[in-house]
Amino acid sequence: MPLELKHVTYTYSAGSAFQVTALDDISLTIGDGEFIALVGHTGCGKSTLVQHLNGLLKPTSGQVLLNGEDINGEKVNRRALRQKVGLVFQYPEYQLFEETVAKDIAFGPKNQGLPADEVDRRVRRAMEHVHLNYEKLAERSPFELSGGQMRRVAIAGVLAMEPQILVLDEPTAGLDPRGRDRILGMVRELHAEGVTVVMVSHSMEDVASLATRMVVLSHGRLVAEGEPRAVFRQHEIMEEAGLDIPDAAKLCGALIARGISLPDDLYTQDELREHLLRLWKEARA
Amino acid sequence: MAPTERLVVQDVSFTYEESPSPALTHVDLKVRPGEFLAILGHNGSGKSTLAKLLNALYLPTEGRVWVCGMDTADEDRLWDIRSQAGMIFQNPDNQIVATVVREDVAFGLENLGVPHDEMVERIDRALETVNMTPFAEKAPHMLSGGQKQRVAIAGILAMQPSCIIADEATAMLDPQGRRDVLSTVQRLNREKGITVVWITHFMEEAVQADRVIVVSDGGVVLQGKPREIFSQVDRMRELHLDVPRMTSLADSLRKEGMPLPDGILTVDEMAKEVTRLLCPSSSNT
Repeated sequence: MPLELKHVTYTYSAGSAFQVTALDDISLTIGDGEFIALVGHTGCGKSTLVQHLNGLLKPTSGQVLLNGEDINGEKVNRRALRQKVGLVFQYPEYQLFEETVAKDIAFGPKNQGLPADEVDRRVRRAMEHVHLNYEKLAERSPFELSGGQMRRVAIAGVLAMEPQILVLDEPTAGLDPRGRDRILGMVRELHAEGVTVVMVSHSMEDVASLATRMVVLSHGRLVAEGEPRAVFRQHEIMEEAGLDIPDAAKLCGALIARGISLPDDLYTQDELREHLLRLWKEARA
Repeated sequence: MAPTERLVVQDVSFTYEESPSPALTHVDLKVRPGEFLAILGHNGSGKSTLAKLLNALYLPTEGRVWVCGMDTADEDRLWDIRSQAGMIFQNPDNQIVATVVREDVAFGLENLGVPHDEMVERIDRALETVNMTPFAEKAPHMLSGGQKQRVAIAGILAMQPSCIIADEATAMLDPQGRRDVLSTVQRLNREKGITVVWITHFMEEAVQADRVIVVSDGGVVLQGKPREIFSQVDRMRELHLDVPRMTSLADSLRKEGMPLPDGILTVDEMAKEVTRLLCPSSSNT
């Protein structure tokens, strides 16, 4: 079920003195099973773009198509759309509101009118996905949990809708390293199960280890896209977009500058380790 | 007798009301004037509790805390203590109180009853120091997260403090905002000799501190220079903390037999050491 943006432009406060073009002629196709990292500095339009993916915002001009159908068309069932495209906002734990973890996660499927046993099955399955123990936590108040656990409850609420496309806006912001690794591990597992993932991130290291494709936004425009390997090579574009590159890519560049012969597009620690070990063995031989 | 160090934590234990177990147990810590101390620890380790004890937001259940020679349990000195040890929190939106930047910076001074002319001068100087003068008459909600944090720092500076305690002040910021806030505080530390206690999850921030302490299970488990701390890669992982990426790459190469030295922290250091091993002839450059 490909999700396609066709020449999407979005203007905030159109016609007023505060008019800002947040998205400028964005065209992008999100294919089944992709893991897309959406990157760019603050204010580049990432969050605005993300809200177009499930129809929360409507393009000022251009179209968003799901499986070829305009999601802002008159006949489209919004509820069905938001079930297919699940959106996890920044700091989603701020939106928890129910008395118990299970009730909070059940909110979406219940509103969909699913039978009670199906709702229950989905709550259990969503909790399993986010690695929260149902027996221990289902009846607890979400507000008694740690920050990282609360965030996982909020994400489970979206997963309980069983979306085919999962969109996450900076899911690890503000978490400690353990909380971050848990969330990223969980997203990786969902992707492995076939869910299409779109993740907004400021961490190029996380992007490097997860994404199959990167989309770089700068001042509302799409300035680069492709496999991380191809994008991280374009140092000038990344710099102009106000973005860093992974430390491994920096080291690769620094070593090449010192005359060491390496491919110029290494960007993960693992591949750099393999190459350096190989060179070390050759040097000793 | 009051101790001469800027901040002294003397055999402190702290238990939250209604909590069965203490958040901190028998912690001793001294921070000398002009030191930049980084505190690391995963969520729930007790590091934020420690921060709040350092400016009398909490009082120890057992033991004593001294700020510039003042016992934090001495209620008569509370305002002196708070103006000597200013605190920045994680969420930029929770620490702005006024509707205009300049008034927000004025808030602490008004409470101290500083004369008007002096107040104006202190506010101007504080805003200039954090490079926020052009925003003096703006509304805080129009600012970015990093700019808001710098306004919060200006509010502290106007009080002419000798210490700044930052409790994950960069956790909610983007990479640019994070760099701006850290470099502002580093400059205050270097140029004005302000003592800094910097609590963070970001190892690359802790790397530039004079000293790092690691808090776990309510106690200080490691302390030393950043190089000494981060070279203990396995121990840090056990504590659910990151080590800088180059440190972990060097560690994994060392385990495969490549004789890299301990204590590599940065891309530059790594590039130099790898070059030394792979092409010894050109390693002088």
